[in-house]
Amino acid sequence: MTQPPAAEPLLEVRDLRTHFSLRGSFGQRLVGRESGSVKAVDGVSFELRRGEVLGLVGESGSGKTTLGRTVLGLAEPTSGSIRFEGQELVGRRERELRPLRKRMQMVFQDPHASLNPAMDLLTAVGHPLIVHGVVKRVRDTVPMVTNALETVGLSPVEQFLPKYPGDLSGGQKQRAMLARAIIMNPDLLVADEPVSMLDMSVRAKILELMLELKSEFELTYLYITHDLATAKFFCDTIAIMYLGRIVEYGPTETIFRDPKHPYTVALLGAVPDPDSSEGLPTDPPRGEVPDAAEPPLGCSFHPRCPRAFERCGWDSRDLKDRLEARWAGMPESQFERERAVIGDIEALESPSQAAIIPAGKGHSGSEVSALLDEMRKADPAEPTWSGIESTSVEPGGLRVRFRPPVEPRLGSRDGVDVACLLYGESEPPGQDRLDSDRSV
Amino acid sequence: MAMPSVEEPTANTRPAGPAPVRARRFRTLHRMFAPFAEARGMPRFVVWAGVAITTFFIVLALFSPAIAPYDFDQYRTADGVRFAKQEAPSSAHPFGTNVMSTDVLSRVIFGARTAIEVVVLSIFVSMAIGLPLGLMSGYFGGKLDRILLVFMDALIAFPSLLFAIVIAFLLSDTFGRGVTTAALAISVVYIPQYFRVVRNHVISIREEAYVEAARAIGARPRTVIRRYVFQNVVQNVPVIATLNAADAILTLAALGFLGYGIQPTEAAEWGYDIQRAISDAGAGIWWTGLFPGCAIVLLVTGLTLLGEGLNDVINPVLRRRRIIPVRFPPLRRNGNADE
Ligand SMILES: Nc1ncnc2c1ncn2[C@@H]1O[C@H](COP(=O)(O)OP(=O)(O)OP(=O)(O)O)[C@@H](O)[C@H]1O
Ligand code: SF4
Ligand SMILES: [Mg+2]
Repeated sequence: MTQPPAAEPLLEVRDLRTHFSLRGSFGQRLVGRESGSVKAVDGVSFELRRGEVLGLVGESGSGKTTLGRTVLGLAEPTSGSIRFEGQELVGRRERELRPLRKRMQMVFQDPHASLNPAMDLLTAVGHPLIVHGVVKRVRDTVPMVTNALETVGLSPVEQFLPKYPGDLSGGQKQRAMLARAIIMNPDLLVADEPVSMLDMSVRAKILELMLELKSEFELTYLYITHDLATAKFFCDTIAIMYLGRIVEYGPTETIFRDPKHPYTVALLGAVPDPDSSEGLPTDPPRGEVPDAAEPPLGCSFHPRCPRAFERCGWDSRDLKDRLEARWAGMPESQFERERAVIGDIEALESPSQAAIIPAGKGHSGSEVSALLDEMRKADPAEPTWSGIESTSVEPGGLRVRFRPPVEPRLGSRDGVDVACLLYGESEPPGQDRLDSDRSV
Repeated sequence: MAMPSVEEPTANTRPAGPAPVRARRFRTLHRMFAPFAEARGMPRFVVWAGVAITTFFIVLALFSPAIAPYDFDQYRTADGVRFAKQEAPSSAHPFGTNVMSTDVLSRVIFGARTAIEVVVLSIFVSMAIGLPLGLMSGYFGGKLDRILLVFMDALIAFPSLLFAIVIAFLLSDTFGRGVTTAALAISVVYIPQYFRVVRNHVISIREEAYVEAARAIGARPRTVIRRYVFQNVVQNVPVIATLNAADAILTLAALGFLGYGIQPTEAAEWGYDIQRAISDAGAGIWWTGLFPGCAIVLLVTGLTLLGEGLNDVINPVLRRRRIIPVRFPPLRRNGNADE
């Protein structure tokens, strides 16, 4: 095989998208109900040079596993490009990808589920050799399996060979998975939260083992985790993912020293800092990860972003959240009064840039407007208000127009790439960056 | 290969290597039977009662020529003396004789042979068709799955006995009216059941991480199905097979009773014998119907016990191991409450 020039990355991913359609069951399709798609990976680009460890960090549901699976061809990409040593993988059939599987391996999140319960370790760990035709019979895999198990520290090997996954601990299973992953001497190893399901005591050992394997087998890692602490220990480069996109991407050291994206800052805040006097995590990002099927408009982090401002993509759902948050901490009688002013609040649930807040029975749009003004007075710092362009009273309620959303794109800044409007984004023409006058 | 092991001589690993390999087949069996040894209480009793009864009938079937005093269609002694018709149980005929002057005991014993033959053959055929279809349908899904599912559901919706009669009728031209026809007719009835159970199980297994892990190492679908999916589906097969066997005995008897089963000249068959004994019952001749009837009930009970017992023993969700009570040391009240 011709060696690619050193400059060429081992893996190059460009604008990769993996969407899962949410078409539901056969019955639902019969009645024509299609509820869109989950954009699990939505326009991700990165490069992985030989010997590099790239950490993919994000909360649950940010699409890390899906990205890893897509890179290995286990999930079908919707669009984009994946180049492995310059070969395009997107659009190839599984049959054509199979030979490449020798060179890219994956370690899965849950060691308890990723080994076949009906297969002993010898067969399981040696199976890649048989699958790729290196040897014919299970018996012939013994020397290589023995070696691999020794490498990952499962010894005495003779005792482990005949064991079934049910007889092993989580750490041992993950070691077995690593043995199986390295037995074909791959170039790329995708490690999907390899330690998240393990006991604290075992985690460090597995991570050390992975570092040893890296130098021994000259591996390149795509290390997936939700845990910045292990990423700091393990990775050269870090990509922070949020709802299917990379929001910050750069050298580990730079990101930890000077996090740019508010999400990264929030995540770092959630990492227990050994130097701080309290030793307790500070504020984790507020709120929950939104539904990936209907992500927020504009910057998808804006509902949780402490620094969000008027152009981050506010819509009717944010208004609903504000109302609900206000009512949650309110005495019963006052709640009843305010609730009555507004009609069906679920009308705000479908994202809209020009939504009508329906007035309740016997109430008018101007009452709704008054309520909104009151809310704004109660919490003038809340950025949602700045996202409202104009309001107008209509017969059925109050129409609220929001500013057009701007999607932040990944742009380079001080050695890292960051996708946040705070860090300069070419502005859509005709938009004033500063506070424009509000006609509320 | 860059694994250093390739350079090492194989002899180096000999002492450790082949031993576990040789033992593997045995250990697989051992693993399969381990749950039986571990089972306690009711499931244990149920399984062993089922095993005992079923074994009894299998022995009868295997050695019926040796065990039975006469042949199944023998109506006279070797010397040519005709047996009495509908003779009450006696020392010469412990279960009496029937309207055809044949020995009831012998017919019951040879009936076991027929029943087991038909059941084994039909299970084999319906598994040979139902399992692969279920595996493929469940694993690949899509159009194939939907078509097969609709087709199999239609088969299940059809009254099974009626269905078996139609098939038996259609096949009788080609295969005559012996064991083969009856077995094939019955197997068609059970194919959809294997299909459904296997397919549904495969669909749940397909989502398991180890199946994806198998794809990740580059296994082709055939290998994934055989080594990763089937190996985990197969545990359920003995349960379905024994339960279906019990049902198949009844279907076979019903076919015989209705006159669409095995020809009396081909083999002894309990259902047919019961049908011939109907008129006897009114005349106080109880032995011609009672003994084949008991045989059916006993064998069906045995197979059902075996199947249900297997289900309890193999299915880990239902499996109850002995629970060892845990005793906590008494709490000390005046301990530090904050710790
Ligand atoms: N096969 C699938 N079909 C439909 N939706 C899917 C599928 N796989 C993942 N998703 C959705 O895609 C989104 C991203 O999922 P993914 O498993 O990639 O997240 P993750 O970052 O790995 O999370 P975690 O940390 O919990 O593992 C989720 O909203 C999930 O529900
Ligand atoms: S663009 Fe930046 S400031 Fe705006 S919501 Fe997103 S992360 Fe926050
Ligand atoms: Mg995941």
